[in-house]
Amino acid sequence: MSTTTETETRAVVRPGDRVFRGISSISAIVIVSTLAGVAIFLTAEGVPGMTASADQVKSGETFLRYVTPLVFGTLWAAVIALAIATPVSIGVALFISHVAPRRLAQPIGYVIDLLAAVPSVVYGSWGILTLSSSIQPLYVWLERNLGFLPFFAGPASATGRTILTAAVVLAIMVLPIMTAICREIFLQTPRLHEEAALALGATRWEMITMAVLPYARSGIVSAAMLALGRALGETMAVAMVLSASGVISVNLISSTNPSTIAANIALSFPEASGLDVSVLIGTGLVLFAITFAVNVAARALVARHREFSGAN
Amino acid sequence: MATSIDVSDLNIYYDDFLAVEGVNISIPARAVTAFIGPSGCGKSTFLRSLNRMHEAIRGARVEGKVLVDGEDLYGRGIDPVDVRRRIGMVFQRPNPFPTMSIAQNVLAGRRLNGERLKKAEADAVVEQALRRAGLWAEVKDRLDRPGSSLSGGQQQRLCIARAIAVEPDVLLMDEPCSALDPISTSVIEDLIHELKAEYTIVIVTHNMQQAARVSDQTAFFNLAGVGRPGRLVELGPTEKMFANPDDPATEAYIQGRFG
Amino acid sequence: MTMTLTPPETRERTAPSLRTRRLPKAAVGALHGLAVLLAVAWIVGPADARAGLLAVVLAGIVPLWSRIVEGRRKAKDRLVTLLVTTAFGIALIPLGSIVWTVLEKGVPVLSREFFTYSMRNVVGEGGGIHHAITGTLLITLGATVISVPIGLFTAIYVVEYGDGTRLAGALRFLVDVMTGIPSIVAGLFAYALFVVIFGDGVRMGIGGAVALSVLMVPVVVRSCEEMLKLVPTELREASYALGVPQWRTIVKVVLPTALAGIVTGVTLAIARVIGETAPLLVIAGATDSVNFNLFDGRMATLPVFTYTSIIQPGVPPEPAIARAWGAALVLLLIVMLLNLIARLVSHVFSPAGER
Repeated sequence: MSTTTETETRAVVRPGDRVFRGISSISAIVIVSTLAGVAIFLTAEGVPGMTASADQVKSGETFLRYVTPLVFGTLWAAVIALAIATPVSIGVALFISHVAPRRLAQPIGYVIDLLAAVPSVVYGSWGILTLSSSIQPLYVWLERNLGFLPFFAGPASATGRTILTAAVVLAIMVLPIMTAICREIFLQTPRLHEEAALALGATRWEMITMAVLPYARSGIVSAAMLALGRALGETMAVAMVLSASGVISVNLISSTNPSTIAANIALSFPEASGLDVSVLIGTGLVLFAITFAVNVAARALVARHREFSGAN
Repeated sequence: MATSIDVSDLNIYYDDFLAVEGVNISIPARAVTAFIGPSGCGKSTFLRSLNRMHEAIRGARVEGKVLVDGEDLYGRGIDPVDVRRRIGMVFQRPNPFPTMSIAQNVLAGRRLNGERLKKAEADAVVEQALRRAGLWAEVKDRLDRPGSSLSGGQQQRLCIARAIAVEPDVLLMDEPCSALDPISTSVIEDLIHELKAEYTIVIVTHNMQQAARVSDQTAFFNLAGVGRPGRLVELGPTEKMFANPDDPATEAYIQGRFG
Repeated sequence: MTMTLTPPETRERTAPSLRTRRLPKAAVGALHGLAVLLAVAWIVGPADARAGLLAVVLAGIVPLWSRIVEGRRKAKDRLVTLLVTTAFGIALIPLGSIVWTVLEKGVPVLSREFFTYSMRNVVGEGGGIHHAITGTLLITLGATVISVPIGLFTAIYVVEYGDGTRLAGALRFLVDVMTGIPSIVAGLFAYALFVVIFGDGVRMGIGGAVALSVLMVPVVVRSCEEMLKLVPTELREASYALGVPQWRTIVKVVLPTALAGIVTGVTLAIARVIGETAPLLVIAGATDSVNFNLFDGRMATLPVFTYTSIIQPGVPPEPAIARAWGAALVLLLIVMLLNLIARLVSHVFSPAGER
């Protein structure tokens, strides 16, 4: 990179500036190399586990067979969480931006932001000790009344520590970030569009469908993608809430549930040693790759949204 | 302390875009030179090139020579930081540092350069600069209040005091009154009259009456055409420029037929 | 854009009155109030699921009634407003439940002993979280010491030196990507890094600080970048015009102007990582004793203490779980306090006119 200047003749760089610029550049390089380091170190430590044969590891499975149900569980839990969180977030964001009295909007925003401040281990504790038992009757009801659907085939878990409970906790955890982004986008809707709709005699809801939602569509999608990235990587809540058994199943309410990569690492790592550690690091690499892809896609969408919205 | 500026064949670029072309001008010492012209004609850009402030914008560069007392500003080994200590600048909008008091603002140019001033020295610098900027009487009892507590016109005079506290030879003023009310404007115009006894002053203004009121020499800038670079059209004593300009475009602009 | 306005019904057109029929405000208010009351009663406890069902029915009456009296468009508007408000109510349930549960179960545990004792040689009742608080504070301090300079200087690079260049753009993108690194992956990274240096099975407090830094740096960069950008260019130019070099301009003009925002951002970043569990579980491990040395062996932290107390409570489980709630409460209080400080700083120091 040329640190020289726009003007060829300027040959003087003050020592103070050189030092300061140097420190700044080094910090930037540290960040770039950390990111590279994450990929490199995980690969270096993970590859032995990923290539190990079935009889060398505790699980007794090849890496691919070991990781597949985990990948499924990771995606499955995140997708259900998103299915729950998306409508609620959009609703809450609309409530804050267009329904709640203007004076209340900001304090309400703070309250929702408080949800983001709660540490994940607190969510986990609450999920395992409070939520599971209070939501369990719902699973019994679902099995009895909607048991013909594969999702609710049952038998309903007696503890309530199912993948649906974990997904509900995940949904609560990603709710604040989704709400915050949606709220920002809704508030950015050009005032003129809204007033144009209202001037046509539209009700509030018609104004929202005419002016706000079309404008915000791609923003909502990228908010959901970012939330998906979070849900995929969230560890503790799932590790604590879910009673997992490494199966692939779409059954949401039974006591045999697929685990997620992150939760599996947290649960197995403290007792693992040797190649098993390597296997776990390998699964971490897979998780990193998945979240990386989701985040890059989300950022690309956000960038495109910015270009086309005309509201910077 | 008598500094004149001679500019020869100056071209100013933003990346590959030629913004100002072929300026030759001589700015005399202890006089006020006004730059007038329609918006976007490059007069502010040219002004900023006189103390290398344009380099704060990425991709800006110049070709040509700017001689200050015979020394080329763009010569080898010239540090823009030193250039700016000799050639101060006052901006369109008053911009006192919000984290500093009135006195600290005046001293900013000295203190930010790491100079250590004794209390008595510092007080003297503050008083002298504020007196010369015609602000002393109004602020002497509240020197430790934030600079932003002043009115717009006072803030602008504070910025002038801040600029002269560095003891430059030249003061560049980029539309210094455009954000001010008429009374503050007139106070600042009076101030310019007083300051020209000691400083070489260059002022960019949108307001032709102001140019006529304050300047000894006027330069008219105009665009050579749509999408073409700005250039210096005519330069002359202010009375002649307003009474009897040589160039028809100057006359048209001064009579308010465009711009 | 799809502009599907329902065509006004002809009846409305022939009678262009501005006074259309509306539902009585009092009745609507009463229905809504009763519905909210029933829903709260159901969630908080005294009533059973039938109360919830009744709440839904009561709330649902309003749009139906509106459909008859006020017409379809207005009814739809009422229905959506109801749904949106319900969404907000739903979002409040977990927040309320979590805060209540943690307070209810955590407060009785708090005592002098709880804060001053570690879990060394404690079986069953007694013991405390002194070791975990120490570890959390030390590791978070370590992470802050690592992250703030790196984050701040990177932000300075992006805003002051590299603005508009390709490298700055790439850097911004990479910081965004870094924001998305799952916390457990950050922990694995720290572990893998330390294994290369110290060999297999390494556990160290400083490793936890490194892992938390991976999570904290992008947050710090982001907030510092935003704050530096808010400093008006005019101030920088004013400083340059006084003949002040760029680095002094940054140190003496730009950073002081952005200070309140930077402090707020850093405080929020600390609040975000202080509750992280997964990376610390991997690299800092767990222990029952106080450990003041970041570079020597396992270190307990509040989140990991909470986690292990719940997952492996021992026999009998009750005292361990009670301690877990106590630790969770302390952790929650710390995080809330940090958030409060951040808000106060930004509120007190924000220039007049903003906000």
